[in-house]
Amino acid sequence: MLLQSAVSPGTHPLAGTIAAWMWAIPLLPLLGFLINGLLSLTAVARFGPADPTAASHAAHGDEGGHGDADHGGHHAARHRFAGITSIVGPGVLVAAFLLAAAIFVRMHALGEMSEPFIQQYFSWMPVGDLSVDVAFRLDQLSMLMVMVVTGVGMLIHIFSVGYMREDPGYPRYFAYLNLFVFCMLVLVMAANYPLLFVGWEGVGVCSYLLIGFWFSEKANADAGKKAFIVNRIGDFGFLIAMFLLFANYGTLDFSALQAVSGQFVFGGALITTIALFFFLGCTGKSAQIPLYIWLPDAMAGPTPVSALIHAATMVTAGVYLIARSNFIFAAAPVAGLTVVVVGALTALFAATIGLKQWDIKKVLAYSTVSQLGYMFVGVGAGAYVAGVFHLMTHAFFKALLFLGAGSVIHVMHQAYHHTGSHDDAQDMRNMGGLKKYMPVTWVLMWIATLAIAGIPPFAGFFSKDEILGTVFQRAEQGSTLAQAHWLGLPGTAVLYLAYAMGLAAALLTAIYMTRLMLYTFHGPNRTGEKEREHLTEAPWIMTGPLLVLGLLSAVGGWFNLPELITHAIPLGPTAALEHWLDPVVGAGTATVVGPGAEATAASTETILIVVAIAIAIAGISIAVAVLKPAALVPKRQAKPEEGFERVLANKYYVDEIYDATVVQGTYGVSRNLLWRGVDVGLIDGLLVNGSAWAARFAGWLGSQLQSGQLGTYAWVLVLGVLLVLGAFHHAVLP
Amino acid sequence: MIDFLTSIGYMHWVLPVLLLIPTLGAMAIWLQGAPGRGAPGADDVASGAASVPRLMAFVTFLVEFIVSIGLWWTYDTTNPGWQGVFDVPWIPSWGIHFRLGIDGISLMMILLTTSTMVLAVLGGWTSIRKRAHTYYALLLILTAGMLGVFMSLDLFLFYVMWEVMLVPMYFIIGAWGGERRVYASMKFFIYTMLGSMLMLVAIVYLGLAAKSPITGIPNFNYDAVLEHASITTAASFWLFGAFFLAFAVKVPMFPFHTWLPDAHVEAPTAGSVVLASIMLKLGTFGFLRLAVPLFPAVATNDTVRGIILTLAVIGIVYGALVSLVQPDFKKLVAYSSVSHLGFVMLGIFALTVQSVQGALMVMINHGISTGALFFLIGMIYERRHTRLIEDYGGIARVVPMFAAALTLVTFSSIGVPGTNGFVGEFLVLLGAFRTYPVFAFIAATVVIFAAAYLLWAIQRILFNALDKPVNLHIPDLNRRELALLVPLLAGIVWLGVYPKPVLSRMETSAEHFVQSVQTRALHTVAEGNN
Repeated sequence: MLLQSAVSPGTHPLAGTIAAWMWAIPLLPLLGFLINGLLSLTAVARFGPADPTAASHAAHGDEGGHGDADHGGHHAARHRFAGITSIVGPGVLVAAFLLAAAIFVRMHALGEMSEPFIQQYFSWMPVGDLSVDVAFRLDQLSMLMVMVVTGVGMLIHIFSVGYMREDPGYPRYFAYLNLFVFCMLVLVMAANYPLLFVGWEGVGVCSYLLIGFWFSEKANADAGKKAFIVNRIGDFGFLIAMFLLFANYGTLDFSALQAVSGQFVFGGALITTIALFFFLGCTGKSAQIPLYIWLPDAMAGPTPVSALIHAATMVTAGVYLIARSNFIFAAAPVAGLTVVVVGALTALFAATIGLKQWDIKKVLAYSTVSQLGYMFVGVGAGAYVAGVFHLMTHAFFKALLFLGAGSVIHVMHQAYHHTGSHDDAQDMRNMGGLKKYMPVTWVLMWIATLAIAGIPPFAGFFSKDEILGTVFQRAEQGSTLAQAHWLGLPGTAVLYLAYAMGLAAALLTAIYMTRLMLYTFHGPNRTGEKEREHLTEAPWIMTGPLLVLGLLSAVGGWFNLPELITHAIPLGPTAALEHWLDPVVGAGTATVVGPGAEATAASTETILIVVAIAIAIAGISIAVAVLKPAALVPKRQAKPEEGFERVLANKYYVDEIYDATVVQGTYGVSRNLLWRGVDVGLIDGLLVNGSAWAARFAGWLGSQLQSGQLGTYAWVLVLGVLLVLGAFHHAVLP
Repeated sequence: MIDFLTSIGYMHWVLPVLLLIPTLGAMAIWLQGAPGRGAPGADDVASGAASVPRLMAFVTFLVEFIVSIGLWWTYDTTNPGWQGVFDVPWIPSWGIHFRLGIDGISLMMILLTTSTMVLAVLGGWTSIRKRAHTYYALLLILTAGMLGVFMSLDLFLFYVMWEVMLVPMYFIIGAWGGERRVYASMKFFIYTMLGSMLMLVAIVYLGLAAKSPITGIPNFNYDAVLEHASITTAASFWLFGAFFLAFAVKVPMFPFHTWLPDAHVEAPTAGSVVLASIMLKLGTFGFLRLAVPLFPAVATNDTVRGIILTLAVIGIVYGALVSLVQPDFKKLVAYSSVSHLGFVMLGIFALTVQSVQGALMVMINHGISTGALFFLIGMIYERRHTRLIEDYGGIARVVPMFAAALTLVTFSSIGVPGTNGFVGEFLVLLGAFRTYPVFAFIAATVVIFAAAYLLWAIQRILFNALDKPVNLHIPDLNRRELALLVPLLAGIVWLGVYPKPVLSRMETSAEHFVQSVQTRALHTVAEGNN
């Protein structure tokens, strides 16, 4: 690459190794975007006539194939470039993953790497004392994120080949998906906040395009737009945080900011404000209260998109941002406690809604909101490793759950298509007993369910336990968080409360996930007789990636085993992830823990683990005992919910409340007060009244002008000016 | 490239030649078409009468663009002074010179103008169907006027050029516009004329104030006025006020903006493009070149600055909110211009290097993005003869290339990073936040509203159900339209990813602007105290 110039030439241990190729990791998906985008456009390009005005009336004779571009995959012929796209789309991800893996191996072999490896490509916005470079930063945190993004991304790309191949917009789909991965990689590899923001908004754009992928349906286009606008509220916070940083510290570069972090006044108003505005950005991107409302709607996109963007990667960007900014959040305990509170509230609140959803994807969507809440509890409490750990394990099991649900929907869709039924292929009331027809998906989904519910030894158990355990420790050990006050409440109380809410949410998680499994795969089958004949396992290109994710959901938690476990069972090295991430988040964690903190007693730790397991088992047991899949009726025969159940099914009516106040309020003020009132009424009506009269007069004048050669008048005016000046000139000359 | 251009003395003759080319082109087209052509009501495109003048105009603009592009290389980024100066006495007894010269700011504005005009001709290729030769001649005169404003280093010449561009635009709207074109063109004319009359008075006052103490001859030389005009503090407030009105109308700042939506809606496509891409910038350029540097003490006076910044921020938010509820797509984009230009004003008056550079970037970016939006609206209007958003819906399936272009331009206009729109807005807000955090904070909320109004609009045009039979057979872009959009789309990505070449060309001038205004403001205040 021509523009490339290593900023630390020769000095860094990674210089001159395969890591020097790190720029290619995001560029490969970008290449895929360009190829697939061009394929998509060239396939549909049909140039219009040279004179559109004359042609617009004649064009009605053309009976082109426009009408058949219906969505739903199976109505139209396969795209003529589908073959190329099937290779290029996932191919660039496989290549990016292999490159990332090679770099990871090299980095791992180094052992200790205290300094990040930074590559500077070119200067983006050099203005006065501001300098923003396009530069990538490879450290342990970004490496981990790159592995998750390219790894899970690769699996979902492969799955998409099976899921989307028959769609007429197939190359366009992969173009967007590739572009998303590019933006996500820019987000995690960026060496400064503005470049991170490029990825941050870039993934938002791709999310917008993919949610509204089947744009002919108004609901889908609405959902995409809603996602983007709600995210922009968060982005506003991100921008303000950057402005505050630059105005006070004169730089937006991670390394430079970390270098001046000694100037941060611990617990000061400025640093707290900065952290809180960054967190506003997080609530948008990562769907936390009060901005979580876009994520459930985002399920309008194709299911692999939900898996990749709205579960595994993009929505975790907020967690990454806080982990990346740990030196800021560690200096602002009040902001940290805010993150904990919002995260805990979101985790519990979303879990209650998840209890009563019938759409299989909506359950998973609220589950994602809830699990993201856990991650924020973690990073808010200064448990950066635990938060990132849960981010990783969640990427595995939630991607698996979504893709599994995608397989189910795919199969249901095909069954309905064969019989011409228009029933809802995503409603669990129309499913039931699918384990008989989709045994592989069934087993894998159970692994993921046990993982998210927190049953050992599956992945979610370790990461969730670590978050809850750390929150408990932070309260118990008198950390800087425990000593701070949040809205008058002592930090210790806030942390204990968050721990209790986390446990409650864990119970609900186990319940709603078991409910999902029972209604989908167990009990009697509720599809019609004819549909039943078409129920079958999804093709291998779809179940293959599920198997890999199933493996990761099972053992992914072993990347960071607590000493208590390794002491008893040698599953792997102790706290491997914690050691790995220590150069990035170690200092921030130490600040939060504070001086003189003691290690938690092993007995306390044991109790915490036992409680967590008991809660998970209790949740599953309750669901199995209470829910009666056999009593369910298909959606079209179902009665509406009553009482509080209806409130839950309607998501506490939050969307309706927002719409009635914020949305309609803005439109009302804009239309009636500002436009019709101020603009048309006040300024034009009252102040420019004179000109209205003048215009009438001029209208008459103008109509006189129309009969003549208009251009003449322009010339007369121009020449007139020149002539008068010239004449005057001569007159005053001696 | 530089060597070759230097060897032909490029910098010595390029500025007057850039004024001469469109003037001669206009005359040639006028003479070619004058005798008996272009009868009222005749369709020149269908009859073929339009093909010669439009080709002549296209070639003239292309030559103009090619001649101007040499400035990109020959402009010396390290030199804060005027470059390419051309100075001949015009009316010596009045001290009026035909004096031209550029700095980094006018350099970029000139290049924006010459490049946009080539595309503007292409944009109206088939939609200008009446009296084509007059139209193209006016377009060329308009260009000479606009370039003249950007180049003038003589206040009187500045005024003359200002008026020269006003007249053709009045006719372009009034004769080739939509149904309410007469109302719109008169509104445009009266608003602008009112401001420029005041400006003329102010300029004459300044010329007299800078007169030679020996000969008593007035001096309209920009530098002489800047250095030597002796103006009392009270007078400088009035003079600034006169310039402010002239330029605030042109920008347009809230509440002087109501001519703009009408003018835009009624103007033909090229008229809208020229208005949005270039003419609005003449207002902000006026602030940068005249109003602020000439009266630094007034411009940095806390009250004056507070008022102007308040109006700018109101314009930013107000323009966005009013855009939200426009049923007419062209009007929506017109109001969005009020919002974007508010950013420019915020950037100029926040007076930091970042905010001024950002303001200059917004000027260029708005030229590209809003120009592209007006082109796109023009294209779809030519096919369906309606600008109402509700008349469309789901057409992305019928016109995928149009949809792809409109989507990218939309992202640029709402300032998604990676596109040009972000760079300008980010720099303005980042810079303004240093001096006026509250104003910048309020202005930053527009990232939300901008997304709302444009995404809602393109959803109702491109997405949703394709439920109107009349939209089923809209032809997609033709090759000419694609050729005209591609440079704009490329510019959107280029300036978003690698704006440094543009930033570095404007940097010295922007820094000079900020520093000289700040030091001279202090100086003037100190003098006043003595």
